[in-house]
Amino acid sequence: MTLLRKLLLAAAGLLPASVVLAAPALGTVEKQPLNLHAIGMFFVFVLGTLAITWWAARQTKSTSDFYTAGGGITGFQNGLAIAGDYMSAATLLGLSSLVFAKGYDGFIYTIGFFVGWPIITFLMAERLRNLGRYTFADIVSYRLDQNKVRIFAAFGSLTVVCCYLIVQMVGAGQLIKLLFGLDYPVAVVIVGALMLVYVIFGGMIATTWVQIIKAVLLLAGGTTLAFMAMSQFGFSYETLATKAVEAHASGWNIMGPGSMLADPINTASMSLGLVFGIAGLPHILMRFFTVPNAKEARKSVFYATGFIGFFFLVVCTLGFAAMVIIGTDPQYYVNGEVGGALIGGGNMVAMHLAKAVGGNLFFGFLSAVAFATILAVVSGLALAGASAISHDLYATVFKKGKASQKQEMRVTRMATVGLGIVAILLGILFEKMNVAFLVGLTFGIAASTNFPVLIMAMYWKGLTTKGAIIGGFAGLICALVLVILSPAVWVTVLGHAHAIFPYDHPALFSMPLAFFVIVVVSKLDRSVRADKERDAYADQFVRAQTGLGAASASSH
Amino acid sequence: MIDIHSTDTQRCERIRSNPKFLQLVSSRSRLAWSLSAAVLGTYYAFMLVVAFAPQWLHAPLAEHRMLTLGMPVGAAIIIFSWLLTGWYVYRANTRFDALGAAILEESK
Repeated sequence: MTLLRKLLLAAAGLLPASVVLAAPALGTVEKQPLNLHAIGMFFVFVLGTLAITWWAARQTKSTSDFYTAGGGITGFQNGLAIAGDYMSAATLLGLSSLVFAKGYDGFIYTIGFFVGWPIITFLMAERLRNLGRYTFADIVSYRLDQNKVRIFAAFGSLTVVCCYLIVQMVGAGQLIKLLFGLDYPVAVVIVGALMLVYVIFGGMIATTWVQIIKAVLLLAGGTTLAFMAMSQFGFSYETLATKAVEAHASGWNIMGPGSMLADPINTASMSLGLVFGIAGLPHILMRFFTVPNAKEARKSVFYATGFIGFFFLVVCTLGFAAMVIIGTDPQYYVNGEVGGALIGGGNMVAMHLAKAVGGNLFFGFLSAVAFATILAVVSGLALAGASAISHDLYATVFKKGKASQKQEMRVTRMATVGLGIVAILLGILFEKMNVAFLVGLTFGIAASTNFPVLIMAMYWKGLTTKGAIIGGFAGLICALVLVILSPAVWVTVLGHAHAIFPYDHPALFSMPLAFFVIVVVSKLDRSVRADKERDAYADQFVRAQTGLGAASASSH
Repeated sequence: MIDIHSTDTQRCERIRSNPKFLQLVSSRSRLAWSLSAAVLGTYYAFMLVVAFAPQWLHAPLAEHRMLTLGMPVGAAIIIFSWLLTGWYVYRANTRFDALGAAILEESK
């Protein structure tokens, strides 16, 4: 169970290994009996989303439809979809379990996962929309060397997408084995195959709607669960707190900050990676191109931020309620030993709570929602990866912008199939491996490669092609090396006694390095080309501010 | 990327020399950066309290109560930063967009 627990907690927000390891005793991932309610409800979800895919396939005529739903998604819809991208199964399960185990410390983490969103609204949303079209490479290459920058950006995107896909696939396999009682490889193949169908036929339209439906289900499911749980406390947080303090082994300590800052540098590095990593995840960035204009882009982050904040507060409530309802009930513990290992492992707290207050049917519903959640996230990832291959590499670099829409779409679909197969194979290959390091790597690379280059391209006149590429690669290599030397790989995977780099998250070091190299190399770049690039910033700035010439929504 | 570089340079020049454009740029960046500072400032102030004065957050809301100050403070950080997001979006979608549209119109 250590693997899944670490993985989910880590995926929920890069919890440092120290905290994960300090969590209460863990069970092992055992295949559960076949859960018919859950399978039935999941089946309904799949049928519904396939119907949407069929509808979306008929709407998808151009590359713009395929990559960005023709820019025709409203701010509210896109807000739900962004929230859906961020509220993964790991959020519901990992965060509620963390609060269950650690009380207020879990709440502190949750706040850290949230604060990146307002910053994205203030500094990035409208510039993304005004300058970009299909991928974030559009923005970076706006005034820089198209070929070099796109190769670099595609490389960054694909690395992030592949690492995150593996994390999601392994998590999916384990979770489904646990919740549905299906075999691991079966679960991985189902996730991969459904993802292929959504993306290949329905493109961004289907992917967005799958994400919206799932976000609504997750919000509704979580809220209903919290409502039912709180009804046992007369809807009073005071009563809840009193009983939780009585029930929890740590007693009064759960109501205030505890041990989480034992390693402040790791915590700082993690929160930096998380906050700025979000702004470097290609599948999140892509969401900003699906709305018609900057106005809707801003609205969508406002809605998304609201949904995410609300959901996080709900999840924390669940964690505290579970301390009382699950924490004192022997039937949820292995061998009935209260305070020992939870049945199904430490991450099942929200699921047990669903069973305790809502019965088997509600438990089945929430399991189906968790499955749907993973499916939606991998679809978004696959689409982002495929667009990097077809739009950045094939259409712009290889065909020099002369590929027809038909050719580009064909390459996208082939790329999606390729990514799907890779995801399934890697998912099966990594089943027994500890993939916690991939989460650190994903966010580390996103925060130290994609993010610095993107934000500098948007805000700094002095950026040159050389600076962007050398700086980006410096961040990438630094993040990669630090993760390899970190406890998660050096000790856990490679079996050495002591880690050379003591922290699991590289962002605190690799991100400043990337910025530093970008600035120094750009400043030293005295080529004619560099001067032209600096001069071109003036026009880019006008467009970023006013939306002049920004890609508009296609008409349909 | 044909459309990306089709932006008319002369038109950009006219826009840049429009005093309204300077007004747009300065008022937008002032708002965006000060709100960012407010959110990050609040968050890191909170984290400093967590690190150096955790007992403040651990204090009961009132005597003989189990809820601590930390609970409403934590929730307030989430809600406060969301409201600031709303404030920015409101200002940008009304004032800044109107100003931007006027600038584009005048530059034709």
